[in-house]
Amino acid sequence: MSCFQTVQDYALRSIGIGERLLPRDNFTLCDQITLIGSGMIWNIYFGAFALLTGFMLATAVALGKASPNPLLRKPSEWFIFVFRGSPLFIQFFFAYFFFLSLKMVSPFFGVLTSAWLGALIVLFLNTAAYSGEIFYGALRSIPKGDVEAADAYGFSGLARFRRIIWPTMLRLAWPAYTNEAIFLFHATTLVFFSGFPVWQQRGDALYYAKYFADKTFNPFVPYPILAGYFILLTLGVITCFGLINRYLNRHLPQEARRRLKIRMNMIR
Amino acid sequence: MKKLLLTTAALALSTGFAMADTVRLGTEGAYPPYNFINDKGEVDGFERELGDELCKRAALTCEWVTNDWDSIIPNLVSGNYDVIIAGMSITDERDEVIDFTQNYTLPDPSAYLAASAGVDVKTGVIAAQTGTIQASFVAESGATLVEYATPEETVAAVRNGEADAVLADRAFLAPIADDDAALELLEQMELIGGGVGLGLRESDTELKATLDGAIKSMKDDGTLNAMIDKWDIGLTF
Amino acid sequence: MFSFCSDPAALDGLNWLSCYLTTTKHMQLYYAVATVLLLLAITAPTALAFGFGGAMAARSHLLPVRWFGKSYISVVRGVPDIAFFLFFVIALDQGFEWMRHQVLCPDWDQPVRQGNDFVVCQAAKLPLGSAPQWVHETYGFFLAVLTFAIVFGAFAANVMFGAMRAVPRAQMETAEAYGMTRSQSFWRILVPQMWVYALPGLSNLWMVLIKATPLLFLLGVEDIVYWARELGGTANPRFTEYPHGDWRMWYFLGLMVFYLGITRVSEVFLEKLMRKLSHGQATTGGESQRKAAA
Repeated sequence: MSCFQTVQDYALRSIGIGERLLPRDNFTLCDQITLIGSGMIWNIYFGAFALLTGFMLATAVALGKASPNPLLRKPSEWFIFVFRGSPLFIQFFFAYFFFLSLKMVSPFFGVLTSAWLGALIVLFLNTAAYSGEIFYGALRSIPKGDVEAADAYGFSGLARFRRIIWPTMLRLAWPAYTNEAIFLFHATTLVFFSGFPVWQQRGDALYYAKYFADKTFNPFVPYPILAGYFILLTLGVITCFGLINRYLNRHLPQEARRRLKIRMNMIR
Repeated sequence: MKKLLLTTAALALSTGFAMADTVRLGTEGAYPPYNFINDKGEVDGFERELGDELCKRAALTCEWVTNDWDSIIPNLVSGNYDVIIAGMSITDERDEVIDFTQNYTLPDPSAYLAASAGVDVKTGVIAAQTGTIQASFVAESGATLVEYATPEETVAAVRNGEADAVLADRAFLAPIADDDAALELLEQMELIGGGVGLGLRESDTELKATLDGAIKSMKDDGTLNAMIDKWDIGLTF
Repeated sequence: MFSFCSDPAALDGLNWLSCYLTTTKHMQLYYAVATVLLLLAITAPTALAFGFGGAMAARSHLLPVRWFGKSYISVVRGVPDIAFFLFFVIALDQGFEWMRHQVLCPDWDQPVRQGNDFVVCQAAKLPLGSAPQWVHETYGFFLAVLTFAIVFGAFAANVMFGAMRAVPRAQMETAEAYGMTRSQSFWRILVPQMWVYALPGLSNLWMVLIKATPLLFLLGVEDIVYWARELGGTANPRFTEYPHGDWRMWYFLGLMVFYLGITRVSEVFLEKLMRKLSHGQATTGGESQRKAAA
């Protein structure tokens, strides 16, 4: 079977399109690269959506934690503490358990027990907590002068937040937030590894890497392939976030635009 | 004189294994009755008893090691232990990578454990542990396969309705069905795999011959059958 | 443990529980807690050393060394830690044995790789085949520490590389003006001052390290999560004197409390450390301390 044929059969296998049966013998490098690549669809899906949705909640949680009102502050603090303080796989375990009991109450919640939604919710809450802490740190270090200048120009309430505080917070938090994004993508490998069951062999990249390691009994081929994919993904994330960083700092003179350094003193 | 002779015999035996003073037995420790961790935290079960007896007969010093199922073969070929004794069925694909001794259980049909007898195993949702022969079987049978990381979770999936049935070795499922009135074994069984054997590195031919001999002698004098009965593993030889 | 535990089936309530929680198997869980804490205590300084080395390499003036440092940082950081753990320990172990094999058995004529098998001479085995179990366990523990240190060393290197650049340029210029050599100004000026910039990143790393310990079982160390799974799973009356249903939830709840506990303790401790390090530094933290004292 030619490699082209393999790509046709298996490139979308992880979402259920293509051959139903996975290759069972004579595993070629092409098989492994195609299927593990196919699994990356899930990793990118989980990472991208959790990041997008988590971003909103993170802003809210950061504002909550910085709020003088204890009714807002306390829940935000606890939310961040619980999700940052416990291992992700324990969160997956409890979430799956909880979703199952919801399903018992009403079949309406049945959809939560499948990974595409259930695991996404966990990752969403998890990244919201981590980014919330990063944003909170950034909020605290917004230069006092910026806020005073906004006051002087008559900005107040929502306008002040939207025009001054929020963009400044993002600028300050961006390097650390990039790191959080990288870690989130890495964390997506845990979804099927020790969280949610795999239906009809539609798994993520790690699932297929494990499948091959299991069939060929040779871990030294599939896992490095997986590692290669993730290095590419990480580079992609860094590039994307670098572009956004440039946009965020577009008002600064050319040499003062701090290049996005992946040093970030607030890595997760 | 007799004593001296005995020592030399023991020496002759052990020189063959001068290369491996202690034989390390690798098991999973999570698959009763084959192997599990007992209240004392030690490896226990059918294979514990069998392994100890085999070592006694072959005059080997043995040590028990637990290892995750997923990496149990890579760790064997890499030399972290010398024998796999973990309820591992003899299959062609495994046989290409490692060697098996003769089987010490007869092929045990895999059974379905379900919440009700009316489950159609050809079209329903069937749970299996990732990386087992049962998972491969279901993937090909046309039923909807749902894979879990541990045997415990596959059974839990049937209890909570995520799956219609779980496919696993009958000997593993039978005690669970006995203990839980809500679950029952289906009549239908699947014959997968060719009995359970000890897994060894392909280069360890000497050790393989010794263990083969020990298994043979246990088969011959009926001790193996007694053990199979005691742990309710399945058919006897 | 207790004398009344001889017949668990006859017990109930608290008595049963006190016997249940003191079975040898549970003792191994408590022992695993100590293992995890010990691993953390050893890994943290080791990873720090790796990180320091990596950061120094990445700053080196020699191109190959710099490349090595930079690629170590970016490659290891780009790979999810699970994927790394799944094959790296076996590779590391084989690497050690291969090196010993080359040294100890020069006249060995068979290939090391025989088909799928990795075969080295008996003297090169790590640990030796005759070694008792505890040596094997210690060796496994050592491999785990090394793997963790390599992975987290890359992250630490990244943080420290940034921290070294964050030390105000003027400080280094002053050192030069005083006639310090490159290495003098590095060790006397840069290194003592970089910690305050590195600490936020390093403390985050410590938190991540704590939460990575559940992956220990992949490295062959029986950690708390392994025992929690093992003990919490349904216990069939045929195989135990303490049968129970699926109690994983309670065990995992215990684990969660454990992890939240160390997180909280670490937070408090790191906050104190940060305050101490900020003392006299030209940062906002140091400045506010100065003002408060004045």
